[in-house]
Amino acid sequence: MSSMPSIKSREIKIVQEIPISKNLKFYEGLKEGKVYATKCKDCGKIYFPPNVDCPECLSTGLDWVELSSDAEIETFTHVVVRPTTFQQNKPYTVAIGRLQEGVKVLAWLTGFKLSEVKVGMKAKLVARMTPEGNPTYEFIRP
Amino acid sequence: MNLQKDSAFEVRKVAVIGIGNSKFGVRQDVNISELAFEAVRPALEDAGLGASDIPFVALGSVGAGAWYEELLPAVVVSEYCGMTGAGLVRCEAACASGSAAFFTAYSAVASGQEDIAMAMGVEKMREIDSATAMEWIGRAGYYLWEFHNFGVTFPAYYALHANSHMAKYGTTEEDLALVAVKNHKYGSMNPIAHLQNKVTVEAVLNSMVIASPLKLYDCCPLTDGASSLVLASEEKVKELGVDTPVWVAGIGYSSGTANLSKRNSFSGLEASVQASKNAFKIAGVTPTQVDFAEVHDCFTIAEIMAYEDVGFCDRGEGVKLLREGQTEIGGRIPINMDGGLKSKGHPIGTTGCSMMYELAKQLRGEAEKGRQVPLKNNIGLAHNVGGTGHYCYVTILRR
Repeated sequence: MSSMPSIKSREIKIVQEIPISKNLKFYEGLKEGKVYATKCKDCGKIYFPPNVDCPECLSTGLDWVELSSDAEIETFTHVVVRPTTFQQNKPYTVAIGRLQEGVKVLAWLTGFKLSEVKVGMKAKLVARMTPEGNPTYEFIRP
Repeated sequence: MNLQKDSAFEVRKVAVIGIGNSKFGVRQDVNISELAFEAVRPALEDAGLGASDIPFVALGSVGAGAWYEELLPAVVVSEYCGMTGAGLVRCEAACASGSAAFFTAYSAVASGQEDIAMAMGVEKMREIDSATAMEWIGRAGYYLWEFHNFGVTFPAYYALHANSHMAKYGTTEEDLALVAVKNHKYGSMNPIAHLQNKVTVEAVLNSMVIASPLKLYDCCPLTDGASSLVLASEEKVKELGVDTPVWVAGIGYSSGTANLSKRNSFSGLEASVQASKNAFKIAGVTPTQVDFAEVHDCFTIAEIMAYEDVGFCDRGEGVKLLREGQTEIGGRIPINMDGGLKSKGHPIGTTGCSMMYELAKQLRGEAEKGRQVPLKNNIGLAHNVGGTGHYCYVTILRR
């Protein structure tokens, strides 16, 4: 912020209500310890994050399939400088892992020292609840 | 996927006939309209036109209502600059919004709809605190899947690419630092640059980690700035007697998935590869014919990937160009001789227009001493990425 003369704009608080009706199975799955993807009935393509509509063949009403947990880490970064809404978190490691089904998942990687994290290493994808009670998923030590 | 038509244009020739650029930096001495005026006035003067001569304005700006207060910047800024009544549109292509605005203004003239149009970029990023700016920009990928739970910041998106590139090609943190050293060196000669200090490899390596392996000096600053270009048809160029028209030779574009997890590779940006191929095909030139380039170096790794994605070298050879000094004055192809986003600064929606400003300035031989590139074929290229290869525009200009 600068010391130049200025006036403050009116303050607003923005919270969007994001619909999850069509993805409810995904969020319920996380609570049950399962990470779901979707699979197209017609072309067989698997989607993660889960699409309920198929961009490949434009089918709708895709099937829910549970993802395997074995992942290979393709890349990662340790986020030290955090955005406003993650200020209360400690620095976190974000990774992208490839699963046996061929889909990739971006999620936090926990339980490793940063010096241990390497491109190509194995990790396990698990569903879990955050301390605030929100369902999420992350990579952990296999 | 390449979807762009690659045949030659059946459209009118279009030239840049007026250029203007504000001083980049923390510009809390001006509001959004006053900042835009600093670019619009010199662009109009350069073109020898008045504000009422502009029938259409395409404005690149991203942070409307987020990091600055106005939600309709095209309207607000055009009123302030005397262009009310012109057709207006705001173009959003994240950090490539300036190039999208340039393409839109270009299209208005090339199609025959107008004889003159203005492309403009304006952005004010420093009216809010930097953690909130980091929040907004981090949300600009796929908020639902990659930010909501995981807080992926913009530096983190490029850090994911840096670690991949390093693992695949042996690129080192010192190599990344060389980009910052080069761009600050040339930025120090550019009076409009935000950061005009020179940096050393040691200083870059010792700066604080933002998202590993990227450190503070691997990242471009949050910058306020505006840039403006007047475009005209060939007939208008003749009518006005413009003596230094800079012609649009070709514009290529492409895009990538919103989810980074849906990309095939993290050691390059597919959207850059496709947009570049398209631009070269349309312009009828090859990478070796380009005299100099502006590439999107929002982070040091981004410049190295750009060398490879645009085709100035083979995959994995980007660091070689850099280590040998081939992308400096006297090298094979000088790149970012205005300091790049890294040193000149990166007012997100402005950057694309500011790249065109720099191309035109260099092609007219008007760059400051020490950073004017030698011209052989009189061809310059601007590679402008939006997000992390979410959008890409590549524009080739020619004298």
